Amino acid sequence: MRQWTWREHPLGAVIPEAATADHYETGGWRSLRPVLDREKCIDCFFCFIYCPDSSVMVQEDKMTGFKLQHCKGCGICAHECPKEAITMINEAEAKGLETCAADNKDGA
Amino acid sequence: MAKTVAMVGTDAVAEAMRQINPDVVPAYPITPQTAVVEKYAQMVADGIVDSEMINAESEHSAMSAAIGAAAGGARVMTATSSQGLALMWEMLYIASGMRLPVVMANVNRSLSAPINIHCDHSDSMGARDSGWIQLFSENAQETYDNVLQAIRIAEHPDVLTPVMVLLDGFIISHSIDRFDLIDDDVAKAFVGQYTPRNSLLDAANPSCWGAFDGLGGYFFEFKRAQAEGMLKAPAVIREVGKEYAEISGRRYDYFASYRMEDAEFVIVAAGSAAGTIRTAVDIFREKGLRVGLLKLRMFRPFPQQELVEALSHAKAVAVFDRSDTFAGDLGGPIFVETRSAFYEAEKRPQLMNFIYGLGGRDLPMSLVNQAIEMFKDAGSAEQKKRIVYLGLRD
Ligand code: SF4
Ligand code: SF4
Repeated sequence: MRQWTWREHPLGAVIPEAATADHYETGGWRSLRPVLDREKCIDCFFCFIYCPDSSVMVQEDKMTGFKLQHCKGCGICAHECPKEAITMINEAEAKGLETCAADNKDGA
Repeated sequence: MAKTVAMVGTDAVAEAMRQINPDVVPAYPITPQTAVVEKYAQMVADGIVDSEMINAESEHSAMSAAIGAAAGGARVMTATSSQGLALMWEMLYIASGMRLPVVMANVNRSLSAPINIHCDHSDSMGARDSGWIQLFSENAQETYDNVLQAIRIAEHPDVLTPVMVLLDGFIISHSIDRFDLIDDDVAKAFVGQYTPRNSLLDAANPSCWGAFDGLGGYFFEFKRAQAEGMLKAPAVIREVGKEYAEISGRRYDYFASYRMEDAEFVIVAAGSAAGTIRTAVDIFREKGLRVGLLKLRMFRPFPQQELVEALSHAKAVAVFDRSDTFAGDLGGPIFVETRSAFYEAEKRPQLMNFIYGLGGRDLPMSLVNQAIEMFKDAGSAEQKKRIVYLGLRD
């Protein structure tokens, strides 16, 4: 990332641009991952409204999944979904990794 | 034509606010500041001004609302005192950090414990490192004049730093004093229109304020940039003072010198005490003692170089402090700053500190006389005391 000196720093630390958080990966520490069952989904957008991280993606009036770059895995969407169309699965498993517990068991 | 009025000091603040007519005034009442916002609320209710008055549930909220409104691009003013200022603490740093030109009158009052509603400077002194400009006033006239100038100083693009105008609780705030109001249209033209550099309400140019700045971020650079506002403030304060003299006939600078030209013994003081000390100076001058007064107006930023220059010819300097630092025999805050300012000076006068008037303890002529008698012997074998609690039951 480009570094700048104090002389160039924006006055009052005002970022002269909106929604800059979009540029950052903030979902890196997620331990559970939401998975959508499109068959069950009725596109009510409850998940979209409740998600505290604006991580539910909607395109052309359809709920299309989750933006994992920002999703923290809180499970609120799964809890609020009236059709139980969202399941929270283990993130490590989803990534095809072994869990930390498994590591400990196999390791020292 | 200027209008001469007889009003209390809190009215002087409210009258200046009336002429400024700020967009938003969030406030919470506290003795002795209450009369400021009470009077201003009446002006709002009577339609004399069109400020949005926000009656907050605490000073913490009042300053929070001031910050929000200022970030929204509004010209914001408020007032407080003592515990109220203390409750604003965390928000003071946010206002200055975000470079929001909020102007606030602080009616100086002691801080508990024990409970005391009367004047000393411990409230604003505690906020001396919060990044606010602090200007002392001697009387109602200076209070009014400082408030008008504070708007111009705070909003200057080189400064963009909040300003606290200080007036002594009860002594100035609740005493009827004669002072001149400049004409409304002249005052309005002087303060001008405020154009914020960013505004949260400007939907066409969205901006993000107060974002988290992580470990690898720019907090350090940000704070250095903030210091720049304070470094540039003195030039602006002097410039605004000159411009104000043109419309009012009254001169303002970092400090005001009284009978200083050939003074051997100089008293440094801030606030209402200057009036009493000036009279004492006259009396001692008649007796042939070369005494002078340096009345400090600008405490933040602190005018170290100018102060040292102004005091360089003095044999002894007595700094009067209306608060203590409780730093273990270091003296009051103005003394600490003055002493530090002299570190690199080639010629250093004897320095004494008189801590006086805590919790509204009166400073009569007799005490000032006593102080002058003591410090004219400063440095002598008999007078080795550096810090004196003046008027203490000892
Ligand atoms: S798990 Fe939480 S953060 Fe992720 S999409 Fe669902 S509600 Fe949003
Ligand atoms: S809450 Fe459930 S049903 Fe509604 S849009 Fe989200 S996933 Fe689909």
